[in-house]
Amino acid sequence: MSAHVVPRSERRFQVRWPSFLRGRQGIAGLSILVVVLGIALIGPFVAPHSLAQPVGAPGGPPSSGTPLGTDYLGRDVLSRVLHGGVSVLELSVLTLALTYLIGGGIGMVAGLSRTLVDPMLMRTVDVVLVFPPLLLMLLLIAGAGNNFWILVIGVVLVLSPGVARIVRTATLEVSRTGYVEAAATRGERRPAIMRREILPNIMPAILADFGVRFSGAIILAASVNFLGLGAQPPAANWGLMVAENRPIIFTNIWAVVVPAALLALLTVSVNLLGDAYARSLGRSGSSA
Amino acid sequence: MIDQDPAVGRDPKATAPTRRAAHPLLGFVARRLAAAVVTLLVVSFLVFLATNALPGNVAQVVVGRHGSPQLVAQLTRELGLDRPLLTRYGSWLSGVFHGDLGQSSVELAQGATKAPVAGQVGIALRNSLVLAVGTIILLVPLALLIGTWAAVRAGAAADYAVSYSSLVMGALPEFVLGTFLVVIFFSQLNWLPPVSLVAPGASPLGQPKSLILPILTLLGVSLAFCSRQVRAGVVEALRQDYVSMARLNGLPERRVRWRYALRNALAPSVQTFAQAIQYLFGGIIVVEAFYAYPGIGSLLVQSVLAHDVTEVQAITFVLAAIYIVINILADLTVVLIVPKLRTELQ
Repeated sequence: MSAHVVPRSERRFQVRWPSFLRGRQGIAGLSILVVVLGIALIGPFVAPHSLAQPVGAPGGPPSSGTPLGTDYLGRDVLSRVLHGGVSVLELSVLTLALTYLIGGGIGMVAGLSRTLVDPMLMRTVDVVLVFPPLLLMLLLIAGAGNNFWILVIGVVLVLSPGVARIVRTATLEVSRTGYVEAAATRGERRPAIMRREILPNIMPAILADFGVRFSGAIILAASVNFLGLGAQPPAANWGLMVAENRPIIFTNIWAVVVPAALLALLTVSVNLLGDAYARSLGRSGSSA
Repeated sequence: MIDQDPAVGRDPKATAPTRRAAHPLLGFVARRLAAAVVTLLVVSFLVFLATNALPGNVAQVVVGRHGSPQLVAQLTRELGLDRPLLTRYGSWLSGVFHGDLGQSSVELAQGATKAPVAGQVGIALRNSLVLAVGTIILLVPLALLIGTWAAVRAGAAADYAVSYSSLVMGALPEFVLGTFLVVIFFSQLNWLPPVSLVAPGASPLGQPKSLILPILTLLGVSLAFCSRQVRAGVVEALRQDYVSMARLNGLPERRVRWRYALRNALAPSVQTFAQAIQYLFGGIIVVEAFYAYPGIGSLLVQSVLAHDVTEVQAITFVLAAIYIVINILADLTVVLIVPKLRTELQ
């Protein structure tokens, strides 16, 4: 993240990147993640069949033409698995970026402000936290319909308060340090202070639970798809595939197990990496 | 995934101090209750707004894009949508206080003259409670046991096994964990049913076998989270001076672990369990949908899919209300268990 604006003296935390990736846990997490990302991103280009056209009888077991069998409509499971990762990643990566932008922005402004802005922002955040996350999403979908952007807004709304709180706490700590006061005395403007003094110094705190947030976004996105409120048929999506192929688990178990396993590998690898990083900072591994 | 909710056990000093030196707990309870009532009102208004003020006429949404204008107009009248927003909110809220959660808009659209939501919600809530209680009964002792067991072996192979398996389990979406459980216990072993249908009017307790997989799924995610937190608490407690003191006094190690370390780790654990209960509100929605179990989560998903706006409104409000009540109970339990916090309240 914006490495070019980090003054030389503050690059120290970046040196830790390789060290947490060198451990067994980091290597395991990274290699699983690379494999799953590879399947999701390259998959659509190498899929042998179309994702919407039936190639055999519904729920058929693996055969020579269809290595993972066919799904509940007789479509090739392998091809749909290869196509079905992009939408999972798309929704979770986009919402995560927006979450850090919005939640992080709110947290930094609240943490730096010495006025009423801080309590006002944080009480608003508290109101959102009163709702169980999935409940909030379903409420929003019920009220506004389920298109892609409503899902994005929903996930961001659910995940931002947590980020805002953490960023606010970290900002509050950093803002009392000498170098921030020095920058303010030099007459630097607030956006510059945020970007050059605060942000580099709260990065470790933000990154420490990045893995948990990321897998949270994936789980939320996948769950909404599983409930049939995200990607709509005939779109291929790992979450949706688990739901739509449940009735044929008797005849072709792979139609359910493979997308479920890929989702599992994705969230587990992200969590392994996040945990490895948190450990490298000397925090207890279980921050959430 | 369980998100750490910092609101639980938040510094109680943040609220206004009481003037009289009555029982410190009394003031605390009163303040929390007052805050809860305000929160509940805010929530009820937000729920109402979300389902009524967002783009799109409710009646139009319920009837569908292709419904006749007459039907839309009729439903608009039946649901009272022609009245101003605040009037509608007022009558809905007063209805809620009288146990009337409104009429199912979809059933009205299908020609029913009366379709109270309250009855349906009540039955579904009871069924969900069976799952939730079953999960918690297993969760608390297992988490304490596993957490303590791993903590006293901190750094050993057994500890790593617990840590990593909980890291993996806790990272799984409920429906993914459920898939694996169904594959093992139904497809491979054929021991347990893959779905947990309950006949209308029947009690889920009459078919305990169908409850096992849903409860195991909920337990998997929450146990992973809780045992990690309990472990961290016990590891912390084992480092304290009173533990060394107890050991130096020659107390048996077993007594040191369970009476000194675990007991002091209990306070943070209560917050952990409160978070696990909060997690259940979200987890149960997916788990019930996965096993086709007729609880409040399934009902909510069905009503969202059917665009039954009034039913969604009722269920969301009821769940949010229960959520708030549980938060207060959790706060209160923490204060009761940790005497130190009681004096800090003043």
